[in-house]
Amino acid sequence: MSLRLVWRKSLNVVMLSLTGLCALLTVSALFFILGYLVWNGGKDLSWSFFTHLPAPVGEAGGGMANAIVGTLKLLLLAALFGVPIGLLGGVYLAEFGGRTVPFLVRYTADLMNGVPSIVIGIFAYGLVVMRMHHFSTLAGGIALGVMVIPTVLRNTESFLREVPRSLREGSFALGANKWRMIATVVLPAASRGILTGVLLALARVAGETAPLLFTAFGNRFWSPGWNQPTSSLPVVIYTYATGPYEDWHRQAWAAGLVLLGLVLLTNILVRAFLTRGTAYERT
Amino acid sequence: MANSGASAAASTAKTSAHTPAMTTSGASTLRMKVTKLDFYYGKNHALHNVSMDVATNKVTAMIGPSGCGKSTLLRTLNRMHETLRHTRLEGEISLDGVNILTLDVTKLRRMVGMVFQKPNPFPKSIYENVAYGLKINGYKGRLDDAVEKSLRRAALWDEVKDKLHKSAYALSGGQQQRLCIARALAVDPEVLLLDEPCSALDPVNTAKIEELLFELKPTCTLVIVTHNMQQAARVSDSTAFMLNGELIEFSPTGHMFTTPSDPRTEAYITGRFG
Repeated sequence: MSLRLVWRKSLNVVMLSLTGLCALLTVSALFFILGYLVWNGGKDLSWSFFTHLPAPVGEAGGGMANAIVGTLKLLLLAALFGVPIGLLGGVYLAEFGGRTVPFLVRYTADLMNGVPSIVIGIFAYGLVVMRMHHFSTLAGGIALGVMVIPTVLRNTESFLREVPRSLREGSFALGANKWRMIATVVLPAASRGILTGVLLALARVAGETAPLLFTAFGNRFWSPGWNQPTSSLPVVIYTYATGPYEDWHRQAWAAGLVLLGLVLLTNILVRAFLTRGTAYERT
Repeated sequence: MANSGASAAASTAKTSAHTPAMTTSGASTLRMKVTKLDFYYGKNHALHNVSMDVATNKVTAMIGPSGCGKSTLLRTLNRMHETLRHTRLEGEISLDGVNILTLDVTKLRRMVGMVFQKPNPFPKSIYENVAYGLKINGYKGRLDDAVEKSLRRAALWDEVKDKLHKSAYALSGGQQQRLCIARALAVDPEVLLLDEPCSALDPVNTAKIEELLFELKPTCTLVIVTHNMQQAARVSDSTAFMLNGELIEFSPTGHMFTTPSDPRTEAYITGRFG
């Protein structure tokens, strides 16, 4: 074998190993984080963790029920606020409009996606908190809702565009007007993909801490209704992890595990059940 | 007159594929009339000064090589060209004497239905597909009965009556196309436009659909675009031959296939080009 051939073969092996190693590292990062959290937080997960309020410092026990419920309430608000706007905006982009307006809307949505979450937090602070003169779940929900809009918009548009033209024509030929056609044929056909996008968007904002720091703020007790500051998983992790108490640190690990579990479970279930093919036949 | 035409055409289907369908002459009423139609896709002048009659309860076929404008012409009959941008139409198209451009387009499309080349059932159940047109047009009667009636008219009822709530995609290609025909028939259109309805189907299913067209003729006016000349000969009463956006010849099918008037028609029919 010539020297050149030996060189090429060894280079091939080296690069293959290197790229394989990097892929492995990427994957193992997730498992490493997961393992670390399970190791540190797993032992503190208990029934009382999920059902009790935080105990005064120094006392054993206590839990994060208010943080878990708070996160769920915030996600509900984010969905109520962000999904209709994103969905209908996506419908507009996919079905109506000419050249300039849709281009501008898409561009703006992509820019919005890039806005740092803390800036969105300040925006919600100025818009809602300062007007109301207090922190609230509503403000937090609005902040998260704003973050959900661009993702849902682009995702909806993308799935609507994939619905074949033949289905739209079939609907028109039966005497449907444009909105009827969209509502009764196109949206149902794209519904699986749209739902996937919505759930993934919500799973993503579930872990956003910065915007909640000065909107929902935090609460050591239950937060009834929507008008009061509320605890949430990411904020509680931040507060407890940076606090001075050992007990708090352990609870922070457990909370981190719960949050990661929530996000991972959503991602896995969505990908397992919703993204299996499409409702319509691909042409 | 309608009877002799139908039975002659029917016997043609059973005997030879090459014997052109005989037609009846005389005063058949006109369901639709196209007068001096010019059509543009943007700058492209796709149809030139086309005039054509669509006789009531007869089958009118449009034949011609690819790109001649037959599908374009078909789609103007129910204003489907309006779903595209930059299309322009000059001239007149009338349905029962009324200019279709003055009608509300959704009303027009209920009266003039369309079946497409590739079956396009909605991602819904068989029942919901057929009921769709009825629902969006505000049908007040019993849906179950109307759905059954349409499926029977499309010769599909026996095959699907036990699985009405299954997805339409569970059907075979030929069944899906008959489902699309049932769906179009559900709103009881006066005219049914068929754009190469059998081109995606095998010969067995093609024969089933051609037979279906015979059965539909007494209650529905049919306009069919086909690239298959033999099909036009088997199925239609009148045939229009188109070339490069012009209507070259329009005559009773028997006449067109035995003694065409225009040399271009003869060249196409005898396969000298196509």
